[in-house]
Amino acid sequence: MILFARLIFLMLFIVALSWPLKAAEFENFETALTALPEANFKSLPELLEAIAELDDQRVSSLFTHLSKGEVYFQKSDKQVFYVVDQADGTANIVDVISGEVVQDINKNQLSKVKTTNSIRSGIAQLQAQLNLNHQDSAIRLNAAREMLADVTRISDKRLADRQTKEENSAVADILILIAALKELSKEDSAAQLAALESLDSSLEPDVRQVLVAASQDKERYSPEVQIKIKATLASIENQRNLYSYAENIFFGLSLGSVLLLAAIGLAITFGVMGVINMAHGEMMMLGAYTTYVIQQCFPNLIEYSLLIAIPAAFLVSGLVGVLIERSVIQFLKGRPLETLLATFGISLILQQLVRTVFSPLNRQVIAPEWMSGSWQINPVFSVTFNRLYIIIFSLIVFFMLLIFLKKSALGLHVRAVAQNRDMARALSIRSNWVDAATFGLGSGIAGIAGVVLSQLTNVGPNLGQAYIIDSFLVVVFGGVGNLWGTLVSAMTLGVLNKFLEPITGPVMATIIVLVGLVFFIQKRPMGLFPQKGRAVE
Amino acid sequence: MKNFMALFATPVQRVTGILAIVTLYVTLANGLLPPDSFLYVSDYSVTLLGKYLCYALLALSVDLVWGYCGILSLGHGAFFALGGYAMGMYLMRQIGDRGVYGNADLPDFMVFLNWDVLPWFWAGSDSFIWMVVMVVLAPGLLAYIFGVMAFRSRVSGVYLSIMTQAMTYALLLAFFRNEMGFGGNNGLTDFKDILGYSLQSGSTRLSLFIITAVVLWLAFFICNRIVNSKAGKIVMAIRDAENRSRFVGYNTASYKVALFTFSAVLAGIAGALYVPQVGIINPGEFSPINSIEMVIWVAIGGRGTLYGAIVGALVVSYAKTRFTAIMPEAWLFALGGLFVLVTLLLPKGLVGLWPTLKAKAQQLWPKTKEQAL
Repeated sequence: MILFARLIFLMLFIVALSWPLKAAEFENFETALTALPEANFKSLPELLEAIAELDDQRVSSLFTHLSKGEVYFQKSDKQVFYVVDQADGTANIVDVISGEVVQDINKNQLSKVKTTNSIRSGIAQLQAQLNLNHQDSAIRLNAAREMLADVTRISDKRLADRQTKEENSAVADILILIAALKELSKEDSAAQLAALESLDSSLEPDVRQVLVAASQDKERYSPEVQIKIKATLASIENQRNLYSYAENIFFGLSLGSVLLLAAIGLAITFGVMGVINMAHGEMMMLGAYTTYVIQQCFPNLIEYSLLIAIPAAFLVSGLVGVLIERSVIQFLKGRPLETLLATFGISLILQQLVRTVFSPLNRQVIAPEWMSGSWQINPVFSVTFNRLYIIIFSLIVFFMLLIFLKKSALGLHVRAVAQNRDMARALSIRSNWVDAATFGLGSGIAGIAGVVLSQLTNVGPNLGQAYIIDSFLVVVFGGVGNLWGTLVSAMTLGVLNKFLEPITGPVMATIIVLVGLVFFIQKRPMGLFPQKGRAVE
Repeated sequence: MKNFMALFATPVQRVTGILAIVTLYVTLANGLLPPDSFLYVSDYSVTLLGKYLCYALLALSVDLVWGYCGILSLGHGAFFALGGYAMGMYLMRQIGDRGVYGNADLPDFMVFLNWDVLPWFWAGSDSFIWMVVMVVLAPGLLAYIFGVMAFRSRVSGVYLSIMTQAMTYALLLAFFRNEMGFGGNNGLTDFKDILGYSLQSGSTRLSLFIITAVVLWLAFFICNRIVNSKAGKIVMAIRDAENRSRFVGYNTASYKVALFTFSAVLAGIAGALYVPQVGIINPGEFSPINSIEMVIWVAIGGRGTLYGAIVGALVVSYAKTRFTAIMPEAWLFALGGLFVLVTLLLPKGLVGLWPTLKAKAQQLWPKTKEQAL
């Protein structure tokens, strides 16, 4: 039985091979369409190729509909239609040739032009060729990129034709690459060498793939060309490495700016006031939940929700901070370990409060449209907008805080109380009031950090927990009471983490950084930028 | 009667007496009384009590460094867990070929990971003696190295607390990894027996409880000896004014390292006793919140008094068991509230409450006592 089946298969195979492989040529789109209903799975690809050769605007839309399975023909007269199913269940029937909606035909009278997976992928290729002639330069660019993967899809003549017409420089660059790859596949050493010249330092992944394959092909390429291929590959690798460094630095800076936002509030409460606030992470959590609540309250203003959330989160977290300072921390002045415990208790209460009010599940915070998307600088390096904005935003917050502390009256009082409380009081600064304001400020900035975090991670009751240890380490590493130190240490830790990650994996990277910091603190207990002074106990 | 009360005059005698009475009662009630008796102590309660005593031992170790030397360790959970893992490895090897995969040499999770030999650090883990050595050595060595590095470079106060927290956090992340070879996420569990005695049987559980009680008493006794010795006085001097002690000529770092290491070993032993009673050890024990809970036991019981730490651990653990059973939502509120209230209102903890009240009463009614006499 199996033998029999094999025999039949073999016979079919032979028949298929001996079938005339002549591609039909058509005068125009209309005559080509008449052949469509008669085509079978085997002849359809050839037919479509022939249609693609036609210079007609309707070809592209025919291919689009065909790949979606929306092309039908009438059994009686072989007329071809698009049948587009509507949302309400009815079907919109359009005549392919005239492009007009046809009313008097029922879908049941029509039968579908069937396609297979391989035919559909063939259609995609053909469309890429078509798109190379599209009016929109962005579509042409994409089509050219796709063409790089398999340059045999386009004939030399068409390519040269296109190259003379092309006005967009980005597309023209890719066309040069395509031409070079075509040259490379020819059996002529001089042409191959010339082609390699123009492939040098191209970042397109397809070019690299072709070159890697070529470097293994000893038969086709002479030793001289082989050496040139190796050199070209090396220069491509160099470029790629450079950009992957750039990417690591960018990711590192974006992680660093998140750390900066998380730590900078702590740098104020811990660094300036000397108060350990273990509930700092929960202040961030409150900020993130404020964003969530605002998006729930104003569902029509999602685009602006972050702009509203930033001051709102600052107020919410800041007020909670003032409340904590007035009700607990002011009674524990000069007892840092007790403060640590009490604020830890507060953090537990806040977490449970959020769990009770909002449920323990993560809440969904929507990213506004302007935060999503990315800026593709070249094929191997792109910058996502949300990370870019976060870096810029954190720097703005940092410098605003710096200016506030240096230039404003309240900032002056804060620094005065931090340096010498008794002297400041003697100069009629209300130190209690300054304490509350400072703590509120630090907490409020944590709230802003929470708004940013809501764009990056899940908003849940444990949001703050993940950042509290990191934030403390950033402050300690940078040197307590030194905002510039906090900036440097946050960025250093962020970049360090991202450079370690590809080598060791994310978890080991975190561990290595933690252990490294523990060692660092042994060597320099006062951090990178210690405050100068001679006080002892 | 007066003679009897005299037996409970000092804290050591009190702890000794109460521990002895409770252990004796539980042993007799569990072993001899019929299950339907009002005074019967079930196997479940025996294990629960054993667990509490492990916590008490752990609290003792935290109190020793925090209450007497001012080192607020937020990473004692790491030492506890390391001791627990040492015991867990031994128990894991005792399963032998009774595991799901029936491999006589490799624990189940290693078979699952397609490992074919034991990693080097599991060598000797099937020996009871080696396990005992590791229970002392693993936390002890970590604490020694950490202590030498931290105390020699004079890291103290909140910096040290945060560093200890970072240490246990790093270990938490590390132990979560499957590649570490400690069972990853799931940890070590499904233990069958210890020294040939089944862990499920009531008598083994009772024995473990008694051993825990004896170890707790021993630890208490030794800690008491330490804090009342000359070295203990120096340690307290370091707590109150480290720089002055250094100026007077004491090598404060050595005292701190020694005390910290001893405390870590105690925590490790507590972990080792804990694991066979609860039947599991997983990376969750390393989580920073656990370490902080230990600190709150001591704070609530009364830091700087060894019996206060024991009282605190027992009271809070019991409250936790009750709360989480009745209304689990409220436990974190209660725990958080306890942190705030105790630090604000009860700086000396529960055991400090009674002397304070007595002093207050004497202040208010100075004569009533004389009249009564």
